[in-house]
Amino acid sequence: MRLGLWQGLLEIKQFLRSREQVMFTLAFPAILILVFGSIFTGEIGNGVKFTQYFVTGMIATGLMTAGFQSLAIQIPQERDRGVLKRLLGTPMPRWVYFAGKVLMVAFIAVLETVILLTVATLLFGLDLPDTGAKWLTFLWVSALGITACTLCGVAFSSLARTGRSAPAVVTPVALILQFISGVFFVFTSLPGWMQNVASIFPLKWMCQGLRAVFLPESFGPREPGGSYDLPKVALVLGVWCLVALVLCLTTFRWTTKRDG
Amino acid sequence: MSDSAIEVDGLRKLYGDTVAVDGLDLTVRRGEIFALLGPNGAGKTTTVEILEGYRRRDGGRVSVLGIDPAVVHGKRGTSTDPTARRWRERVGIVLQGTGEFDELTVGEVVTHFARFYPGADDPARVIDRVGLSAKTRARTHTLSGGQKRRLDVALGIVGRPELLFLDEPTTGFDPEARREFWALIRDLARGGTTVVLTTHYLQEAEALADRVGVITAGRLIAVDTPQRLGDRDSALATVSWRTPEGSWESAQSATPTALVAELAARFGGEVPGLTVSRPTLEDIYLSMITT
Repeated sequence: MRLGLWQGLLEIKQFLRSREQVMFTLAFPAILILVFGSIFTGEIGNGVKFTQYFVTGMIATGLMTAGFQSLAIQIPQERDRGVLKRLLGTPMPRWVYFAGKVLMVAFIAVLETVILLTVATLLFGLDLPDTGAKWLTFLWVSALGITACTLCGVAFSSLARTGRSAPAVVTPVALILQFISGVFFVFTSLPGWMQNVASIFPLKWMCQGLRAVFLPESFGPREPGGSYDLPKVALVLGVWCLVALVLCLTTFRWTTKRDG
Repeated sequence: MSDSAIEVDGLRKLYGDTVAVDGLDLTVRRGEIFALLGPNGAGKTTTVEILEGYRRRDGGRVSVLGIDPAVVHGKRGTSTDPTARRWRERVGIVLQGTGEFDELTVGEVVTHFARFYPGADDPARVIDRVGLSAKTRARTHTLSGGQKRRLDVALGIVGRPELLFLDEPTTGFDPEARREFWALIRDLARGGTTVVLTTHYLQEAEALADRVGVITAGRLIAVDTPQRLGDRDSALATVSWRTPEGSWESAQSATPTALVAELAARFGGEVPGLTVSRPTLEDIYLSMITT
């Protein structure tokens, strides 16, 4: 148990010491909201600002970047550099490596969300959730979402053959999901087929769950399903966690192909 | 407890249709330094990685510290068997060019690895032993090639292994660093650690190894002490000297002492430019792998 914490601490240290990563990962959602908040200054309706809508997408994007993108790129690179092979040669229990990654992802996710919410509140007058129930929803949607993303990131890490090809494999996937899941556009303004495709993947459901937190109750009927449908959000994200977990357990590779 | 650290009997490994290791037999005694020599592609690294539990084999029997490394490897190379973990605690591995932890310091990495082992050595002492004390607070990506290699060795020995694998450990070392490294390995062996070393430096094998084994085409073709490998000790000696006319002459002899005595008599004392030499380990090795 202690070993897992130490591993997490070192992962966080490594993250904080690579300046570009810190800048891009932590500030990215905040920069996005700066751009969007400045472009869409109007209201989405009923006195609700656009910022209130887009912040949900930015939070979800941030969680996806921290969990999915960073791991799906970092793990193949570590595999290429032989870090994984070296760890495999030690008595370190295998779960410790993943515990370290999970702690790092959690650390980044919390920090970047706090930065994002702070910027959005101070500059664009974002209204934070005003009830305990909404904060609770915020918490479980984020936690379940980041879990699904993290597991998908680990599962996806087996796809890239080399560390160098990893960003090329991962970035388009992340970008397309962002476009079709209602991060950059109001989801219901997207073509129906696109909404259907997006509904397969976790990002759409993370956004929807977060809209239940940041938009008023009265906006529920504007959702594609006629309500925020939180049970379904939980269900889809939960299924993704399970599927990705099974993929992790069955496909994770510690060594490169040429290592046999 | 058996007095062999490693026993290999008829080891086979195929990559597709290619036979990488073809019926290899090998015994490494406890406490000895054993050097594996062989050209690239002869099956050295494959053999060692099977012994380390990194690869599966296709045939033969293998026992490393009394355990079959296939158990440690498990189905997908990541056995969670407690036996595997205890075995890993007793085995130190220094691979060829292993991954760095770029943004961490030497001290942090060694200290962290020490946490993996119940009987770990003091990290500061290990760092000192590999000669990196001055770099304890340096990030690993700032180290030179030779320093990184020493860090690799530090991570391999921090758990105080009974058996240490070193795969080409001194590649990129300058001569002085290499000698310091040899002293460290001798010191470990004196402390009872069994060392299995692969190297391309014949001089290194000669300086360190109690016994050397030569692998070609997936088989161990010779095992002996560096002094006796390939009948080196009984090979003809070459005696060279300068004639009174100033040209060089040399003769091969099974009885060089007699020849030198004869020369001494002929010259009436000192023989100008006299050398007596036996084939070097490198000569023997090259003749072995080319025939």
